[in-house]
Amino acid sequence: MTIEANPAISIAGKPASLRPVLEWTARRAEPIVIGLAAILIGLALFSLFILAVGKSPATLFQLMYTGGFGSWFSVQNSLSRAAPLLLTALCVALPARLGLVIIGGEGAVVLGGVAAAAMALPLAGTAPVFLTLVLMAMAAMVVGGIWIGLAGFLRHYRGVNETISSLLLSYIAIALMNQFVEGVLRDPASLNKPSTRPLPAEYMLGNIPGMDVHWGLVIGILACMVSWIVIEATSYGFAARIAGGNVRAAQIQGLPVGKLIAGFTALAGSFAGLAGMIEVAAVQGSANASLAAGYGYTGILVAFLARHNPLAIIPVAILLGGIEASGGLIQRRMGLPDATVLVLQGTLFIVILFCETFYGRFKIFNPDLWKRSL
Amino acid sequence: MEETGIGIWGVPLAIFAGAIRVSTPFIFVSLGETITERSGRINLGLEGTLVFGAMTAYAVAVMTGSPTLGVVAAMMAGAIFGVIHGWICKFPKVNDIAIGIAMMQFGLGMAFFLGKSFIQPVAPKLPSIALGGWSSMPQLQAALNINVLFFIGAALALFLFWAFKNTRIGLILRVVGDSTDAARAMGIDPDRVRLLATAAGGSLAAIGGAYLSLYYPGSWNEGISSGQGLMAVALVIFARWNPIGCFLAALLFGGAGALGPALQSVGVTQGYYLFYAAPYVLTLIILIATSSPTRSLAGAPGALSLTK
Repeated sequence: MTIEANPAISIAGKPASLRPVLEWTARRAEPIVIGLAAILIGLALFSLFILAVGKSPATLFQLMYTGGFGSWFSVQNSLSRAAPLLLTALCVALPARLGLVIIGGEGAVVLGGVAAAAMALPLAGTAPVFLTLVLMAMAAMVVGGIWIGLAGFLRHYRGVNETISSLLLSYIAIALMNQFVEGVLRDPASLNKPSTRPLPAEYMLGNIPGMDVHWGLVIGILACMVSWIVIEATSYGFAARIAGGNVRAAQIQGLPVGKLIAGFTALAGSFAGLAGMIEVAAVQGSANASLAAGYGYTGILVAFLARHNPLAIIPVAILLGGIEASGGLIQRRMGLPDATVLVLQGTLFIVILFCETFYGRFKIFNPDLWKRSL
Repeated sequence: MEETGIGIWGVPLAIFAGAIRVSTPFIFVSLGETITERSGRINLGLEGTLVFGAMTAYAVAVMTGSPTLGVVAAMMAGAIFGVIHGWICKFPKVNDIAIGIAMMQFGLGMAFFLGKSFIQPVAPKLPSIALGGWSSMPQLQAALNINVLFFIGAALALFLFWAFKNTRIGLILRVVGDSTDAARAMGIDPDRVRLLATAAGGSLAAIGGAYLSLYYPGSWNEGISSGQGLMAVALVIFARWNPIGCFLAALLFGGAGALGPALQSVGVTQGYYLFYAAPYVLTLIILIATSSPTRSLAGAPGALSLTK
């Protein structure tokens, strides 16, 4: 009798170490494989559209690569554009863990920017630079947190649908910004484009040493890491995931669902508010209508692409930042409208959500399959 | 204003005229959304459909010279958007609210992309009916110069109210919306009913868009809708999925939207932008007042994911 003839020994011997690896790989591979397939299908559909309007998709994708990641200059440009997306995507991803669809991040960005500018006005020139920036960030986070936290609060305590309320709040926020920027906070020197008074140059959030990318990128990546730790490694995150899975079960277990919802939406909103502060302190230098540039809406796409995983948000935001950065080049070289990027984003978004239906359908990704066959 | 001596009375008149002028797109989008939601599905993408409908109607009207053909083309485009939404949402694990947001982005992108070349040309406008011929006041004449689509919308609201209650199609729609299982037991295919309901909702929303670009404000540009398609979703909740309620709520919204410009025309310019937010604040207050955390909304279709 040889050892190979005895199945009990060979199976118990080798796969005992392989099994968890295979299970882990199968579970992790599913979102990556399905996600990549969805992106490829989306790009194929978009190519058909570009062909239909008589342009070459190959040229377009090549320009997109050149404009987004082709040179050190364009990489830095993409990273700068990714910075606000990291934060606005968190504004969608954190509440999503509780099963909430928040789409009003734009409002928190806008009000965060106004709050930061309002905080900076009396301080700039007198207070130390670092202190001023910290206070600006805090003001923006508090206002953004209240704004989105309100949608979460209304959801739990009044039963108001958070998707609709956050969106209405976002339109109200833009009206408030216009009122502030045209009214009490207006710099009389800003004629055609009403703005608050500009921040003195030394009070601006500078660039990361050795790069042409502002510190907002580092802040955004840190925020993603903190969010990941909160969700994956704290009891709050665990409770939130339970409440997101089944509210009734969470309530029976005595979890404070209302406080979790209010807390997570407020944290999410404070990140979006921080994005507004960075936009003011690193890019615009003052609060004005440019704050409503659509970061909140692109953030929704980033969060859904990343399946609401804060760490996955980092590469996805950089990818989307690159696509947005290449928009100008496509416009100039191919004569396509600037909305081309919007069409691509919409197409990708639809296909990626559609591909949710394929999760759990392929046996190869099922960890149980690997358990049984080995 | 001052020279005709109408003075402060210009404000209520302007709000009345504004209510009628601004409400028409709300009427169509909310009636469309009512049909869709009564079938148990929600379409947040109507904002994109509205803007794409506005672009299509304008482009076709410019090219053919006929605003009516523009409206018909917009309806077809809206129905296609609805069919895409309805088809995708029938698959398991697909979130209809998220797909709506995606369709909104897609619709806006397509409208801005294809409509780029139509920002300059001028399209023929939709006809309106002058009901103010008896009056000598130009303001009243202008206020009573009402577009035909407003009357069509009002008639449609009455018809849908009747049809939901008294027709076979209305009954099928309500059964599907209240319980997928009950519909299956009756031998109805819920997916097909929802597909058709979403297509109908899309084509109505596109008419609302056509009104924007072909009548008021009457031109095509990228800022033509400031969330009207989305506010219509909130309006449907407020109206309790009742078509006549939609019509009245749309008038209320139109009046709230006309408040800022009306006050500005008599010289009240303080807080202009805050008045601009009035319809949104109104919607939010109404939502808060009518929602409850413990029971689902009265009149809500049982299978609707929005109100669970």
